[in-house]
Amino acid sequence: MTLNRSHLCWLALALITAGYLVFWFLLLGATATYSTPDSWLKVLHSAEIRHATWLSIVTCTFAAGFALLIAIPIGYLMSRREFRGKTWLDAALDIPIILPPLVVGLCLLIFFQTRIGKAVEEIIPFTYQVSGVVLAQFVVAAAFAIRTMRGTFDHLSARPEDVALTLGCTRFQALWHVALPAARRGMVAAFCIAWARSLGEFGPILVFAGATRMKTEVLPTTVWLELSVGNLDAAVVVSLFMVLLAVLVLVVVRTTGEKV
Amino acid sequence: MIQLDHIRWGAAGRTILDEVNASIPANTYAMLMGATGCGKTSLLEIICGLRKPTSGRVLLDDRDVTDLEPRERGIGYVPQDLALFPSLSVREQIAFAPRRRGVALAELETQVKHLAEQLGIAPLLDRLPDALSGGEKQRVALARALAAQPKLLLLDEPLSALDESMRAEAAALLQQVQREHALTVLHVTHSRSEAAMLGQLHLRLANGRLEVE
Repeated sequence: MTLNRSHLCWLALALITAGYLVFWFLLLGATATYSTPDSWLKVLHSAEIRHATWLSIVTCTFAAGFALLIAIPIGYLMSRREFRGKTWLDAALDIPIILPPLVVGLCLLIFFQTRIGKAVEEIIPFTYQVSGVVLAQFVVAAAFAIRTMRGTFDHLSARPEDVALTLGCTRFQALWHVALPAARRGMVAAFCIAWARSLGEFGPILVFAGATRMKTEVLPTTVWLELSVGNLDAAVVVSLFMVLLAVLVLVVVRTTGEKV
Repeated sequence: MIQLDHIRWGAAGRTILDEVNASIPANTYAMLMGATGCGKTSLLEIICGLRKPTSGRVLLDDRDVTDLEPRERGIGYVPQDLALFPSLSVREQIAFAPRRRGVALAELETQVKHLAEQLGIAPLLDRLPDALSGGEKQRVALARALAAQPKLLLLDEPLSALDESMRAEAAALLQQVQREHALTVLHVTHSRSEAAMLGQLHLRLANGRLEVE
């Protein structure tokens, strides 16, 4: 068999893809082989790290839940309605994605020094609190959840909802009884993506909620705290644990048929 | 009876429907024909309230429904793509409209069974749309629309997805349904034979205007 130019082109593209994947496997492999069973046991016995793991799981779940609640209506609006200024609104919704993470944290910190922010904190304290961790995770995760939900609704035909309107539904009932059941997989995907994004959140949490052990310490904070005291073993184990959680989320998302 | 009074509608700066006037008597099976892109589907959507006309009025039994929401018009609509609800079973699709009206559970079950038997889909009640053939989907969409107990039924090329052998059977079913439910039907088609077989009134949309043939 002779290789023509088309074959060579595909071969080159395959080599680039393989090279990229090999690079990532090398990175993860090197990190994995750095840890020992002993260091895993030490980490598992650390009360601080167990607390951080538990706090990460709880705060990520709340942040992803809130992100999904906000992503469904916004995603539906952006998918189904044409209106003036939609392009600008679309760009504005992406702001948390493009902003440097530390800046997001700083914005949160400054907002809660304003009159409105202080009034909010009279009811629910956020700054340097666990609720602040959830808020910092939510701010960024919501943008990803919105993108996912919008994509989901874009892929679903609006025609069944139109027919539902002729069958006695209001627009809200059409969303509730027709669009949402059809968007179940997308909702699972949006929740998982928001959860995974929240798990990796570090900058805004550090600035806005602090890094207090046994209080606002989440897994990325643990990695940073352990690195800062030179405990590379623990930092590596916690990092690998986060990789495992991220892979698990990726598998769940892929089984829903959605793309990250 | 349905009356279209000076309906105008356009898109992207182009007038599609220009002074559409028509009157379809009650209990009539009307056929609507016209070239592709002439505005047949848009006209159906204006009648059932999914699209606002630029000007003009839609009257149902002498009542102006132009500003009413689709749910307030009492019009059944079966679009060309059927638009079945992807995550609902056949039973849930048929029960959809009665549920919105708050029909009691026992009565609901009776209505669903009656329609399913009338349309020959009783064995399919627990299936999802993905597990139905084209002809079965068409019957489910029809049953779903009929369950809303409309006075007027709008059918957008309902037989186009069926093969030749099933068309005659489906056409006979539509005729039977129209008679038994005392419906006024507006049926869009490209097929002259379908129009000849079913139509009591023949309308043609051309150059934005509606003519009786």
